[in-house]
Amino acid sequence: MSADLYGLCGAALVGIGLYGLIVQPHPLRKILAFNILGGGVFLLFGVFARRGAALSLPGDPVPQALLITGLVVSFAATALAVALLLRLAAETGRARLDDE
Amino acid sequence: MTLLRDLFSIVAICAGGFFFLAGTVGLLRFPDMLTRLHALTKADNLGLGLIVLGLLPRVGSVLGGVKLVAVWALALLASACVSQVAARMGRLRDEP
Amino acid sequence: MSLGLDLLLAALMLGLAGWTVLGRDMFAAIAAFIAYGLLLGIVWVRVGALDVALTEAAVGGGVTGGLLIAAWARLRATAMVERKAGAGLAVLAALASLGVAVLLAAVVLHLPQPAPTLVPEAMANLAPTGLGNPVSATLMAWRALDTLLEKLVLLLALLGIWSVAPDAAWGARPAASVDRDGALTFLAQFLPPVGVVVGIYTVWTSADAPGGAFQGGTILAAMWLLAVRAGLADLPRVASRWLRLALVAGPAVFLAVGLAGFVLAGHFLAYPEAVAKPLIVLIEAPMILSIGVSLALMVAGPPVPKGDA
Repeated sequence: MSADLYGLCGAALVGIGLYGLIVQPHPLRKILAFNILGGGVFLLFGVFARRGAALSLPGDPVPQALLITGLVVSFAATALAVALLLRLAAETGRARLDDE
Repeated sequence: MTLLRDLFSIVAICAGGFFFLAGTVGLLRFPDMLTRLHALTKADNLGLGLIVLGLLPRVGSVLGGVKLVAVWALALLASACVSQVAARMGRLRDEP
Repeated sequence: MSLGLDLLLAALMLGLAGWTVLGRDMFAAIAAFIAYGLLLGIVWVRVGALDVALTEAAVGGGVTGGLLIAAWARLRATAMVERKAGAGLAVLAALASLGVAVLLAAVVLHLPQPAPTLVPEAMANLAPTGLGNPVSATLMAWRALDTLLEKLVLLLALLGIWSVAPDAAWGARPAASVDRDGALTFLAQFLPPVGVVVGIYTVWTSADAPGGAFQGGTILAAMWLLAVRAGLADLPRVASRWLRLALVAGPAVFLAVGLAGFVLAGHFLAYPEAVAKPLIVLIEAPMILSIGVSLALMVAGPPVPKGDA
């Protein structure tokens, strides 16, 4: 029951993150929205792990371990995006993606 | 005995929850930075402390209890230092 | 009761996500995102993934939050030309996002029963690894290749961050914003010894209980950055040799043990059963160092020319 609830929550988070990613013009906002979207995807994956609970384990350890790897990679992508954004702002004096 | 222990836990944790709530209301309603920090410390220090106190009779081992108390002590230390830094930053900003 | 808690958590998460995406003030949006990360950590506990919960609290709320606040502080000086997207685009985006969310929700509600699981295989093969925590066994033994590649991704990302530095800055130190405040100095003197013990314990205990190299490494990185912030420690020059050694030590030892697997056990990254546990500890020890150093430097950002620091 609660697994389904968090599954639906994850689906909604993906929707919210995707909307922000498209609509928000500021790059830092896009990075935030991207992370919200990522959180939703991870939560969906965690729900799949939860559904695999068996024996004495509360969840399937293999997808859980992949989740940890995923979180690390997502942090690496965020840090790289922030570095690119700061350099762009330092170079142009503006934090924008278009070149008007 | 079990009943007494449960009662103690419930009372302490509810009291802790109350201080968290009060601290949060203060954070949202108080007018300036210093009073807001004052409200926050209530939540961190008393609220968390009471919750840890309520949980103590429920941990099976002494080591588990020590870890819980250590969590509270570290939160105390961090919140005290960080409030200090935040308050100074706020004053520097308001009176340049 | 527990369903009520789950409903409350889910509602709070959605509210915070909405605030992060739509809230008007950028700093408030970042604050909401950090709270979102911490709540997600509690949700991981609710779905039985304690190791993931620790990672989320350390990375999702902690380090990512610090990174974003630092970026916000630096961007505040630049002109923020926020041009809202047109109404037509907003409606289209809303429809598309809603469609994706509904589709995913439909998938969640129509998952196959019973759910596929690897738990029986995991429990049956746990003993030969010498570990008691199946998540650690997955990371360090069964899917060790993923973990090795993840460390390489960290290194590549750090190289990517360094390479956005202007030419004049190459080899220099990343910018450190120092705040010499009495209270902060005290915290930076008192906390790191505790934090280093906690970080190493987090790795050590992951053999049998929730924890792990990444979670422990994050704590070490945080301690270092705290000392840098208080002006008690320096960030290294990116050209320094010991820094590069520290960065490569973890993946290099991992790779060496993996290659030794060809000789000792017949496969890449296979461990001989008798020494599986010591080998895993041998891999993890330099790994904490590499993870801690690379995380701290990723948060610190690219090097800046001398004099600008």
